[in-house]
Amino acid sequence: MHIGLQHYLAVSMLLFCLGLLGVILRRNLLVIYMSLELMLNAANLALVSFSRFNNKLDGQVLVFFIITVAAAEVAVGLALIVALYRKRQSAHVEDLTSMKL
Amino acid sequence: MEAINNLISGGGVEDVLFNVFAALTLLCGVLVIANPFSRSPVTSAMFLVLTIISMSGLFVLLHAFFLAAVQILVYAGAVMVLFLFVIMLLDLKEEARRNIKFFWLIGGLVSVGSIFAIFIKSLTHNYFEEFASSSKLPSPKLEGDTVALGKLLFTQYTLPFEIVSVLLLVAMVGVILLSKKKLE
Repeated sequence: MHIGLQHYLAVSMLLFCLGLLGVILRRNLLVIYMSLELMLNAANLALVSFSRFNNKLDGQVLVFFIITVAAAEVAVGLALIVALYRKRQSAHVEDLTSMKL
Repeated sequence: MEAINNLISGGGVEDVLFNVFAALTLLCGVLVIANPFSRSPVTSAMFLVLTIISMSGLFVLLHAFFLAAVQILVYAGAVMVLFLFVIMLLDLKEEARRNIKFFWLIGGLVSVGSIFAIFIKSLTHNYFEEFASSSKLPSPKLEGDTVALGKLLFTQYTLPFEIVSVLLLVAMVGVILLSKKKLE
């Protein structure tokens, strides 16, 4: 058995489904955030393997940008979580049901 | 670099390494979202680090050396340190295990199952098989080293590169503003 594009895509697919499951089923804001990171990483893996098997480097450049944007997104999101925790003393989605702080 | 190339393109070794890294990635991914031994976010974060490191092993197998290094530096280094800082800042108590509502469980499984079915369908599509067999995929020549990536980044992708730098500045200003005690 030779490892081809489909094997990498299968790993990426399973990782994405895991991340989605975590986002939907877990109730802790921080763990939800980590599951989001998992989904982003799955997309990165798919892009890198497409780029490898199409002999084009553009996919890897896109992954580079995705990593940068994900880092910015994590910084802003965690700052929001900290600000929310100061008001409510909880990082649990069931306690954060109203829009008004 | 030459040694790594010779090692990982040596036929059987690549397959074994792929299996090991893929299994490690998926196992640690499962432990991030559902750890039977601990509910604390710190263990989730640690397993996320392991997932990211084994995924950068997969990147090396795909000859994306620069991205593998960036993955470890940025994700396992910077982003996870940020996560751990916030976890310690929030001082989360070991919270009581709350029951997941049955309705939610069903809804979640249905939505994940349907997107899983879409993925399976597209992976096993006929077009995909033709694509895989027609374009001589077993011997890709691409090397994702720093020189090639840097050339592309500073010629064809200069504008997105600059925009991303502005985005990072905006994120930094936003974070400083958000984490101030009082918003004026």
